[in-house]
Amino acid sequence: MSELSIIWKDKIENVDRLRMNAPVYYAVDFEIKRELKMPVYGYITLKGSEANYRVKITEIRNYESIPGILKRTTKKLKTLLKIEEVQDIAAIPLSEFKKEDGSYLKRVTKFSYGIRGEEKEIVLKKFRDLSQEEKKIYEDVKKKYDVSLPFSIVEKIVKIQKDFSLEKKELERVIEKVVEKYKKRLVDPYEAVGIVAAQSIGEPGTQMTLRTFHYAGVAEMNVTLGLPRLIEIVDARSQPSTPTMEIYLKEDIREDEEKVKNVAKKIENTTIIDVADVITSVADMSLTIVPDPKKMEGRGVKIEDIVESLSKLKTYKLKVEMEEERIKVRLPEPSYKKLYLLAESIKTLTLRGIKGISRAIVRKSRDGSEWVIYTQGSNLAEVLDIDEVDGKRTRTNNIIEIAEVLGIEAARNAIIEEAVNTLEQQGLNVDIRHIMLVADTMTYNGVVEAIGRHGIAGEKESVLARAAFEITSKHLLTAGVLGEEDHLRGVAENIIVGQPVTLGTGAVTLIYKGNKR
Amino acid sequence: MMKRAFGLTKRINSIKFSLLSPEEIRKMSAVKIITADTYDDDGFPIEKGLMDLHMGVIEPGLRCKTCGGKVDECPGHFGHIELAMPVIHVGFVKNIKNYLDATCRECGRIKLKDDEIEIYKQKLEEARKMGASPIQLLLINKKIIDEASSRPICPHCGAEQKKITLDKPTTFREEGRKLTPKEIRERLEKIPDHDLPLLGINPETARPEWMVLTVLPVPPVNVRPTITLETGERSEDDLTHKLVDIIRINQRLRENRDSGAPQLIIVDLWELLQYHVTTYFDNQTSGIPPARHRSGRPLKTLVQRLKGKEGRFRSNLSGKRVNFSSRTVISPEPFLSINEVGVPEAAARELTVPIAVTEHNIEKMREIIRRGPNPKGDKYLPGANYVIRADGRRIKITERNAEEVAKKIEVGWIVERHLTNGDIVLFNRQPSLHRMSMMGHLVRVLPDRTFRFNLAVCPPYNADFDGDEMNLHVLQSEEARAEAKILMLVQEHILSPRFGGPIIGGLHDHITAMFLLTYQNPKFTKEEALHILSYIDYENLPEPHRDEEGREFYYGKDLFSLILPKNLNMEFKSKICDPTVCNHKCLYEKCPIDAYVIIRDGKLLAGTIDENAIGSMKGKLLDRIAKMGSDTARKFIDDLTRLAIGVISYRGFTSGIDDEDIPEEALIQIHEVIKESVKKTDELIELYKEGLLQPAPGRSIEETLEMEIMRVLAHARDEAGKIASRHLGLENSSVIMARSGARASMLNLSQMAGSIGQQSVRGQRLHRGYQDRTLPHFKRGDLGAKARGFVESSYKKGLTPTEYFFHSMGGREGLVDTAVRTSRSGYMQRRLINALEDLKVDESRKVVDTAGSVIQFLYGEDGVDPTRSSGGENIDMEEVLTDVFGEKYLLRRRR
Repeated sequence: MSELSIIWKDKIENVDRLRMNAPVYYAVDFEIKRELKMPVYGYITLKGSEANYRVKITEIRNYESIPGILKRTTKKLKTLLKIEEVQDIAAIPLSEFKKEDGSYLKRVTKFSYGIRGEEKEIVLKKFRDLSQEEKKIYEDVKKKYDVSLPFSIVEKIVKIQKDFSLEKKELERVIEKVVEKYKKRLVDPYEAVGIVAAQSIGEPGTQMTLRTFHYAGVAEMNVTLGLPRLIEIVDARSQPSTPTMEIYLKEDIREDEEKVKNVAKKIENTTIIDVADVITSVADMSLTIVPDPKKMEGRGVKIEDIVESLSKLKTYKLKVEMEEERIKVRLPEPSYKKLYLLAESIKTLTLRGIKGISRAIVRKSRDGSEWVIYTQGSNLAEVLDIDEVDGKRTRTNNIIEIAEVLGIEAARNAIIEEAVNTLEQQGLNVDIRHIMLVADTMTYNGVVEAIGRHGIAGEKESVLARAAFEITSKHLLTAGVLGEEDHLRGVAENIIVGQPVTLGTGAVTLIYKGNKR
Repeated sequence: MMKRAFGLTKRINSIKFSLLSPEEIRKMSAVKIITADTYDDDGFPIEKGLMDLHMGVIEPGLRCKTCGGKVDECPGHFGHIELAMPVIHVGFVKNIKNYLDATCRECGRIKLKDDEIEIYKQKLEEARKMGASPIQLLLINKKIIDEASSRPICPHCGAEQKKITLDKPTTFREEGRKLTPKEIRERLEKIPDHDLPLLGINPETARPEWMVLTVLPVPPVNVRPTITLETGERSEDDLTHKLVDIIRINQRLRENRDSGAPQLIIVDLWELLQYHVTTYFDNQTSGIPPARHRSGRPLKTLVQRLKGKEGRFRSNLSGKRVNFSSRTVISPEPFLSINEVGVPEAAARELTVPIAVTEHNIEKMREIIRRGPNPKGDKYLPGANYVIRADGRRIKITERNAEEVAKKIEVGWIVERHLTNGDIVLFNRQPSLHRMSMMGHLVRVLPDRTFRFNLAVCPPYNADFDGDEMNLHVLQSEEARAEAKILMLVQEHILSPRFGGPIIGGLHDHITAMFLLTYQNPKFTKEEALHILSYIDYENLPEPHRDEEGREFYYGKDLFSLILPKNLNMEFKSKICDPTVCNHKCLYEKCPIDAYVIIRDGKLLAGTIDENAIGSMKGKLLDRIAKMGSDTARKFIDDLTRLAIGVISYRGFTSGIDDEDIPEEALIQIHEVIKESVKKTDELIELYKEGLLQPAPGRSIEETLEMEIMRVLAHARDEAGKIASRHLGLENSSVIMARSGARASMLNLSQMAGSIGQQSVRGQRLHRGYQDRTLPHFKRGDLGAKARGFVESSYKKGLTPTEYFFHSMGGREGLVDTAVRTSRSGYMQRRLINALEDLKVDESRKVVDTAGSVIQFLYGEDGVDPTRSSGGENIDMEEVLTDVFGEKYLLRRRR
């Protein structure tokens, strides 16, 4: 599957139409210049970050108007694709595609070529990642005791064996003890792990602070911590109240403060109002931009940059004049309203940097070995695009963004990490298994879902459980129209009707029949 | 009378929801209601009125005319009202709007071509097969409706469509012309059954026209009972009031319609009827004024009855009121086991346990019954309050009939016996934040009027004794008692599932006492030792040591070793460990401050027992013992608490304000330090005023100044504390408490002896109050330490008036914070519970939900129960090695 294919962005309506009418010719507004071997698989992305559909294309030719074709847009059509069928696929992050030059694809705004790479498996430690000794111990235990030890325990045994240079006999005794203990420590079947997890995270909530604290190490920035942050995490907010990033850099520059600072300047979003005043003069219908040399120097901006950025403003054809250290901007024809609007758009015109990142500060990392950029505001996709950035270690606290850019498993790990850090920072000790369970519940569907009425609780299968949580009447009324049936499999609904719940001792369905006599 | 079904359990398999059709409403109706009146002058229900006896009875003595049952026997029956004109059901307004939009106004078909209908039907079917829930299917339906609504011409009959708008809450208009509910109903009737699934209606359970009401069901009277006040005045339920309104208007509407009144009047009455029916369902519909009671209170109608925290679902269905429970104030009793609860005699006589009479216990039961409901005598002996005959009849036992009942009982009867020692009960303190908030205790009937329990059990309940009350529930079935004993008993909850460590353990005086007993191994004469040991059960008292003069004595560590389980081996650092003493090179058993604990074969050889050993949440020793089994752990904690009481009450322990006395020269030193810092802040302010202060990157100059000042003043407080603590040694009771981890911290002590320090609100120095100043005692714009809430005094010295005011500002913030926090975290926990409550581990240790979806393939990635883990670690290798190699390993580790 490592052949060149095409990827384009499309609207869901078009995909539905294609699906209904396939096989059909589809007119698109991009050209395909490469030779592609027929049949070729194309991918359609809806959001530009992941491939959502796969289409089988049997013919590619130049656009001509023939009856019965479907069109992507109405204008500028260039190519006709014969679409044989549209397949629903589990979303593939576009980072699994490579460009022709071998670099990874990140976003597709309209159309791109791409090579589907090998499927990457990096999430869980796999058996093949274990060392020779580890594998041996794992296999031995499995043979001798019929127990599959978790890899983390196998690793511990090997470490101990090395540290204390255990003899074979000794090692066997250790393994025997470990297996004995491990078996004793397993969870009991039917244990209500969900409730235990919820309680374990909720109970210490009363002991947390409500305040926003300074960030460890970077006094200049505020970061939400404590209870508000924990609530934010389980809410799966699309924007955290204080988004931040920790940007690590590649080896060759990370020890050089100056170079790192340059990267930071590249990242920090600088707008005209950050370095200059904008004066509106109604008298001569002009705007005057008065740059502040001090601020310009701090941000590493030159006056030419401002002029250049003005040319990017395409809404109006502006007349730009330099007057000493000032820039005068005029509209082609006088209009008060337009002048006012122009002033507003000029103020927020980006000179350089990445959208959303309002501040970037360079600090020594916690272990003091390198320089790291800490930012206020987050934009993972674009930061990862910067060459100097070490994408493996760079992180953001925006979980939804992680889900979009890196995929759902990354989001799950981010939830765990953020929650653990928040609790730890408050000096609270909560077992990671509880947090993992919450993270898995939030992500097992493939999208990040909030804990609450708009997320998991609102999608329960039981009518009664939903009605008991929130928005009672709505759930009952729609249940009637849909003719829903409540199978009473959960906890809340069984409590409502007054019977034992289906967890713990209530989950055991086996009935013992005594001797017939 | 409730009958108990033994050995037979029935389960509801499922509950189906559907809409009531008019026919069905009429069919299930016991009576057609035609008059709005309730009772006649004699107080007897009027026939065909709202309190008609066909709908059930609420007064004792009367019989239901439908089923013949008496008050508690008749479940109630529905009646119905025939509406003169149809009205819209408010709950379905949005649905109706969708259906009108998506279907043709002429032929009633959904406005999609036949092939599109096929495709969408397939799509729905596919989704259903993929296991989509009805809610998820609804999203597809929404799309279909949107698609169909956008068609201006019906693809089936070619009729041109008109735009329909909805005037909230219940008025529909078609291009400005009002649609009457009657017209709407006619249109909905035209929609064929086979188009309904596309609109999200299940044709087997609902028809769109049923959402426009022609018949109104009248709920049974026991749903809306009449309340008779003490004055003899009757007061009707809100629902009855609303039904009266509906019937009145309905009647007037019918009369006017039949007599051919002008259209205007009919429309007005029709709208009024719509209003009443709307508010009957939901009295908080936006856009219309809520119907009110005569007194001005808004009526509580159907939706209000179900909704919210006080609604039927959350307050009566998800949580239920129970019998056999009691509540009273709690107080401590160190001589009870952690498994026990002291129950006042008065409560024990009221709470009963049902005991089935068998041929084996019949004589014993007779004896209990003979004692009657109020046995006399010094010793508490259980009596009985009721017996239940085999036919389910209940007989109350009185002193008079006790003898007679005792003779009559036979096998198969049930005796409701008083609570007695050894019964298992559930004990609970709200808020019930985790499962340890409700645990099983064994009863000890005690005099006086409070519930009592061992102090070690305070942390899981988060209880103290400043007036806290707790609840107690008596279990009523054999299964419940067995489960409680095996799963809920306190000793099964010593380890918390939150972090895999002990949550029940020593606290306060227990820790102080153990510190006093073990620190630097004090000597006790034989008499002293035996006195202390009289508090616990012990075996194998070792031979006493002898001093130079031949007097027998024991070491403190010998005494402590008596309560340790045999074969325990471990080593760890005490809380008092101070690495500066040994320059970070641990000297182990030679530690000069006795801070390295060594236990070999259940003997404490070295080290001090303090919070790190036995404290709840932190105790390492406790954690280790808890994992040896719950009986061992219970025994240890029981002994520990009793021994602690023995030690501390024999030795005596007290703390007073003179504990914080420090010498004059230290006070002067502290004063110097603070003066220095205040001066430094003044300098900073001076610098700021001259504009010479360099701002920190990304901060304004003001912020920088504040940060600097905060830093300087925090440093001052710390320095003052250091000076103070130099003069506070371990001979000092307060210091013993702080250092051993029993209570308070060195910070608290330094605030008492040295200086309290900077007060803050929202993490900033105090700055609000008067214009440009915090209090009128200061100059405007004064940024100095004292003007912005720095408290120089110590608690012991006392605060100046301004300091006192600042201190209360900081204190108030703390109170507000707590209040806000509890509500916020409570809601978060409710949501978490709701989202996760159905998850369970299955036989192969997968985590699954009710729909069978797998959440995790192996619980927690290793299948280990956090409760049984070693502080989160699945296997603690150190523990394994100690178990396997014993001392050999412990010595090897030090290298």
